Amino acid sequence: MWRDAMLVAGKDLRIEGRSRVALSQVAPFGIVALVLFAFALGPDRQTMARGAPGLFWVAVLFCTVLAIQRSVSVESSDGARDGLRLSGIDPAGLYLGKAVAVAAQLVVLEALLTVGVVLLYGARIEVPWMIAVSCVLGTIGLAATGTLYGALSSGLRVRETLLPFLLLPIAAPVLLAGTRIWQSAMAGGVPAQGMQWLRLLVVFDAVYLAIGVVLFGPIQETA
Amino acid sequence: MAPAALPPSAVSLRDAVALSGRFPLLAGVDLEVAVGETVLVEGPNGAGKTSLLRVCAGLVPLASGHLSVLGLDPSRNRVGVRRRVGLLSHAAHLYDDLTVRENVRFAVRAAGGDVARIDPALERWGLVGRLAKTSAGKLSAGQRRRVALAVLTARWPELWLLDEPHAGLDASARLLLDQAVRDAAASGVTVLIASHEAGPVEDLAGRAVTVTGGRVTGTRDLVPVASPVADLGDVAPTDGPVAHVA
Repeated sequence: MWRDAMLVAGKDLRIEGRSRVALSQVAPFGIVALVLFAFALGPDRQTMARGAPGLFWVAVLFCTVLAIQRSVSVESSDGARDGLRLSGIDPAGLYLGKAVAVAAQLVVLEALLTVGVVLLYGARIEVPWMIAVSCVLGTIGLAATGTLYGALSSGLRVRETLLPFLLLPIAAPVLLAGTRIWQSAMAGGVPAQGMQWLRLLVVFDAVYLAIGVVLFGPIQETA
Repeated sequence: MAPAALPPSAVSLRDAVALSGRFPLLAGVDLEVAVGETVLVEGPNGAGKTSLLRVCAGLVPLASGHLSVLGLDPSRNRVGVRRRVGLLSHAAHLYDDLTVRENVRFAVRAAGGDVARIDPALERWGLVGRLAKTSAGKLSAGQRRRVALAVLTARWPELWLLDEPHAGLDASARLLLDQAVRDAAASGVTVLIASHEAGPVEDLAGRAVTVTGGRVTGTRDLVPVASPVADLGDVAPTDGPVAHVA
């Protein structure tokens, strides 16, 4: 399973390295979203800093939808999905590999968006490790759910519009927990409240990774 | 006197029905293909030839009936069947952003194949030099077909399912394909060739079955012809288990 996962992740990341869709399209989209949020909030830096955690995660969610759609479309052209099925590759390995590749791209995007939030909104991060851990756990959760729902929508003609409809409500706990953790990290002091939300993210990740490993194969066969 | 042992079936379909929604793809197919046999599946467009191959590859499940591929039940051992079967379909299953060599390498590794066979397979299909480093997205349809064939010959599975194998290939590639099928048959590989034009591939098969309306409606014996290719030049077959035999 892990051999197949690394094989698929390497393939997807190599494709991304060649096409540079994440860097040339998804990342600029995320930055533009942050700028537009800033316009909507007005020139008050305090208001922007207060809204920074939520706006960061909303931008990450939008970028996740684009990254997942790209991950799905890579397998849609020239019957590549059938090629993967025909190879007899382990479905769980395929799922984990696709999720790892998406997660790797999201981590880079989140780093860029974090810089954007600090520069644009004047957000001050008092507990950086908490931000880092929330990004890693949030990324795992988004990649796990996104890859699963991407497979679910992949066989449908309306997948471009169906995927956000399916994914955004499911990813709401990541948005909520990530925002609360960021608020704690920006407030400083004892991050006890943030730890509770971190635990929620750990449970969310574990549940969706387990569901994905079990269900990705059957979903892929029927989608 | 003990009865003569029957050859084991590579493909066994009994009253096989496959559906796409409510549309019948196969409407009760009965077909036995022995191990090592090369069978031509002929019939008009829409007769069910492609569906028959996709069922044998485990890509389309049966709604009813019985299917055994290389002694395995695809509904219970999907991965096991697919690892031993190769399907050359209308799509080449390539990633446009990967090079020819990267595509073949990924496909072979994903199928658990031997990576040492990649270079000989690329040479066999003339995919060498700059072409091997070209992105698949820049290839012509015929070149993409050659890459798909390179994947097939690098993997060298036990059952080859070839859907309109000559489509999109130039004359030299058709000769190479015919030779590859003969090599495969000589090494004991079972080959099913689906074609709406029997003529060009009739020489490769020992038997032809006619599919019409999702059913096998006829069968006839054919006489395989030995390879007419004496000299394939610098793209002569160089891989496969029986390259030394051919």
